[in-house]
Amino acid sequence: MNQPLLVTATQKAGPRLTLAVGALVLLVLIALPLLSLLPAGHSLQVSAYTLTLVGKILCYAIVALALDLVWGYAGLLSLGHGLFFALGGYAMGMYLMREAAGDGLPAFMTFLSWSELPWYWAGTQHFAWALCLVVLAPGLLALVFGYFAFRSRIKGVYFSIMTQALTFAGMLLFFRNETGFGGNNGFTNFRSILGFEITAQGTRAVLFLLTVALLAGSLYLGWRLARSKFGRVLTALRDAENRLMFCGYDPRGFKLFVWVLSAVLCGLAGALYVPQVGIINPSEMSPTNSIEAAVWVALGGRGTLIGPLLGAGVVNGMKSWFTVAFPEFWLFFLGALFILVTLYLPRGVVGLLKKRGEQ
Amino acid sequence: MRSVPLPAVHPEFMLEPIIDAGSGRDAIGLGQARQPGLDVRHGTVLTLEDISVSFDGFKALNALNLYIGVGELRCIIGPNGAGKTTLMDVITGKTRPTTGKAWFGETLDLTRMSEVQIAQAGIGRKFQKPTVFEALSVYENLELAQKADKSVWASLCARLGGEQRDRIDQVLQTIRLTGSAQRPAGLLSHGQKQFLEIGMLLMQDPQLLLLDEPVAGMTDAETEFTAELFKSLAGRHSLMVVEHDMGFVGSIADHVTVLHQGSVLAEGSLEQVQADDRVIEVYLGR
Amino acid sequence: MPKALHSLLLALLLLLPLAARAAGDADYFIAAKPNEQASLLQGWAAQPDPARLELLSSLQQGRLGPDDSRKLRLNNRLRGLVDNALASHRLLSDDARVRLAAAQQLQKSAQPAQVAFLDRRFASEPDAAVHAALGLALANLQLVATDPAVRLAAVRLLGETGDPMARTRLESLLDPSVETDPTVRTAAETSLAQVKRKLLIGELLGQAFSGLSLGSILLLAALGLAITFGLLGVINMAHGEMLMLGAYSTYVVQVLVQRYAPGALDFYPLLALPVAFGVSAGVGMLLERTVIRHLYGRPLETLLATWGISLILIQAIRLLFGAQNVEVANPAWLSGGLQVLPNLVLPYSRLVIIGFALCVVLLTWLLLNRTRLGLNVRAVTQNRNMAACCGVPTGRVDMLAFGLGSGIAGLGGVALSQIGNVGPDLGQSYIIDSFLVVVLGGVGQLAGSLWAAFGLGIANKLLEPQIGAVLGKILILALIILFIQKRPQGLFALKGRVID
Repeated sequence: MNQPLLVTATQKAGPRLTLAVGALVLLVLIALPLLSLLPAGHSLQVSAYTLTLVGKILCYAIVALALDLVWGYAGLLSLGHGLFFALGGYAMGMYLMREAAGDGLPAFMTFLSWSELPWYWAGTQHFAWALCLVVLAPGLLALVFGYFAFRSRIKGVYFSIMTQALTFAGMLLFFRNETGFGGNNGFTNFRSILGFEITAQGTRAVLFLLTVALLAGSLYLGWRLARSKFGRVLTALRDAENRLMFCGYDPRGFKLFVWVLSAVLCGLAGALYVPQVGIINPSEMSPTNSIEAAVWVALGGRGTLIGPLLGAGVVNGMKSWFTVAFPEFWLFFLGALFILVTLYLPRGVVGLLKKRGEQ
Repeated sequence: MRSVPLPAVHPEFMLEPIIDAGSGRDAIGLGQARQPGLDVRHGTVLTLEDISVSFDGFKALNALNLYIGVGELRCIIGPNGAGKTTLMDVITGKTRPTTGKAWFGETLDLTRMSEVQIAQAGIGRKFQKPTVFEALSVYENLELAQKADKSVWASLCARLGGEQRDRIDQVLQTIRLTGSAQRPAGLLSHGQKQFLEIGMLLMQDPQLLLLDEPVAGMTDAETEFTAELFKSLAGRHSLMVVEHDMGFVGSIADHVTVLHQGSVLAEGSLEQVQADDRVIEVYLGR
Repeated sequence: MPKALHSLLLALLLLLPLAARAAGDADYFIAAKPNEQASLLQGWAAQPDPARLELLSSLQQGRLGPDDSRKLRLNNRLRGLVDNALASHRLLSDDARVRLAAAQQLQKSAQPAQVAFLDRRFASEPDAAVHAALGLALANLQLVATDPAVRLAAVRLLGETGDPMARTRLESLLDPSVETDPTVRTAAETSLAQVKRKLLIGELLGQAFSGLSLGSILLLAALGLAITFGLLGVINMAHGEMLMLGAYSTYVVQVLVQRYAPGALDFYPLLALPVAFGVSAGVGMLLERTVIRHLYGRPLETLLATWGISLILIQAIRLLFGAQNVEVANPAWLSGGLQVLPNLVLPYSRLVIIGFALCVVLLTWLLLNRTRLGLNVRAVTQNRNMAACCGVPTGRVDMLAFGLGSGIAGLGGVALSQIGNVGPDLGQSYIIDSFLVVVLGGVGQLAGSLWAAFGLGIANKLLEPQIGAVLGKILILALIILFIQKRPQGLFALKGRVID
């Protein structure tokens, strides 16, 4: 973990090559939704299934990037990022439920014989407010939790355990029928978004392009952060927090900023995930999901910007292949991945490539 | 440890790029004109009075009194367990004294400030074990330590000015690391890390430097060079050096304080304290 | 009025020659219409006769006699009446336990016609518990007596019990249309307050007990963690799976004992203890040697690697035993419970587990503080290099300490199998709580873990009825975060010089 910055990592591996590969990937990602608009019989047509799958993986890639910002750079391993992802997803999901229900209550509420909307869902029929919630709900939760956690200097594994407990508590809360989050089934059966039919090819393509844009934006943001003095302070914080304090920096503010930023990115990713996948339920908050995100980052290489994207893509690609081909062996594979990556790839695939490049 | 209710960041520090430690009480209450820098009207930069620290019954510091003058170079010596590191912890806010007063200049109560505020007010500390930011380059280490606005927002949009670059280059030369400026600090040798940490302190430009065993692991030449460096710093800065190496102490100190069992046993020039019967007894265990 | 008619019938029946009893009763009963059968049963209940006991027991099982193959169809009302009549007859038994059960049945089902009989039994009952139960049954009946003085006495008697049923009865009396006499109503109010107070005590004690019970389980789950986390600095996310392995070992032992030594089935949990300890400790040591050994000093990495191990273990168990829960039965001596108050039963299994948890803590403490191995473990935790220089085989000590932590989890698994479901996901539900216990208790502190486990358990159970299980959990999490603000090192942290 000597050179955490993407810049130095890629400079050594050949900046031209990286740029070329990056541009190619971006082109393919932009081409995919356009190809999906081709008529069904066309040989180049991309199926809705493929588009949804790739869109889903891109959302996960944003989560991985967000997690990498706090883990790879600031050294805070969060095992609760699924919670922020799900909060963004639920805020968007409620808007979709309201739109599907028209003037009435969302279907799950009538089913559970609720007579009126609880206060926290007020205004969710407006898309703009739902978007605000997408940012505010994970952001505020992260702010409050982070404020207390960083104030008492909870770090390392303690921080991980507390975040895991947090997402577990969130899952329990959302599982209940009486809390107004749709219980076990969550939100599903969406019809339209802003009046456009949600399963239409055009809507799917736009949502996909938005996801690509968010990913590219997050990548740019991460790149700017990593190159700024802020990024260097974060790295310093990860390696020697005490030294940093005696240099006159207040670590709390830095941690809180990157932590809230990361949570908000996750929330946005969740908000784009829900209309594409068509369902959000409490299992997104299960500790298992959040810790899986950690292995995406670890596999790709933490402290780099490309690594998490690579990791999220590879692991999720493998997952969709495994769960079809050998469903009962997926957990064996995932478990082995956790062990092998920590034992033999402490700096991830990107670290390995970089080492090759140096030799 | 007592927790001290204080705002996360001192508003004054956030607003002013040049950190001004003396703006506190005088500016509000006493009707004096606000002057830049630390208020050291009476010539003492650090005042410790009746400081006691106890850990579950064990008294690490016991009614300790210590005064350090402006521009003074003070050496603290004492056998192991005398409380030297705890003393540094108290001054830098890492450990809160059970009783006693600690003033930085005339106006700043160290017992009520957080570690960060103390560092921003102008006390720099070098740890016993050299701690540098290993993943960053030597240059970046110095950049982070540089005296500047250290808030989150400022760090997000900070850019190095020409003057700041010159200052970093100057310090790089002083600590003889110009050639390694772009190397990761983690790859430096032990002695180089010691110098880098001293360099970071210089960048911080503090009023008072606390140095915990600065020459441990250095070659004789390096030690000699460090002694020269410290002597050149004294006068403009106040230094408090904890050291076991008596040769080094002899080469730099004009004033030595001997700690024993958490309180001051003797004070004076090195010859004076070395002649003191009690000091001999403590060191030789007669 | 059917009631009057019934009474008349009853009187007639009682006047019938008693010669046709026993064998005759059965024929008579089967020949009667349902309405008449009811009256017959009511009559028998009011005038029990030991000779009729056999018939009634058979009737309860849907037959006419032990050797009688004739089919019998009873409706719910008749079945209730049979139960009542049988209870009435059982009051004549010599066995005090049978009488107690009968009296408790009669508290629910007794009819006014039985008052005279109950009164006689109440006067002659030698056993104190049965006497009290009978008094209550009688009081229940006397509440509808015509004489206000009798009702008043009954209300007062009910006030002295702490029975949940008495509360509903007394509450119904507060309505002026039900109870016309104002003095009885006032008495009912005082009695009700009395009963409620007693019930509240029972409830609180019950909550405290379930808290203790939960605490003992958390303790068993967290104790091993306190060793691996506190002493070795390893975040073992697979610790929950060690609990699961212990529980599955119990299951396997149970199956084997059932097959090869059915006579010893009662003692299979005792046999399962060493097996579970061995299995979990063995798996733990294997993991330590192959994976965790390479990760000392990198706690976040151990967290991820052990999570991977836990996934593999869960899936392996799923493939071996299926995804469904397996059935682990309580042996006879662990089922049932100790009735302390009318609304407070302490199950034996939970009592035993509390005792067991404390024993395990004591043994662990002794092992760590009074043996060579413990000394070595403590030496390695405090200064690994120095210990190695003194000739402590650090590698072996690490392995044994990890095995010990895992083995204790295995013991916890045996305990868990006796009170909960045994399935592949068993461990996952305990791991987060156990980590909270360790964080709250302070790392490496057995005493801290002890207090934290019981504290969390009791707080959980006391909050549960007030604000619900989920909100309770969230509140506790918030409280822990706030608590850590004050004591970042946990409950039992040692103060010391900050070392850098």
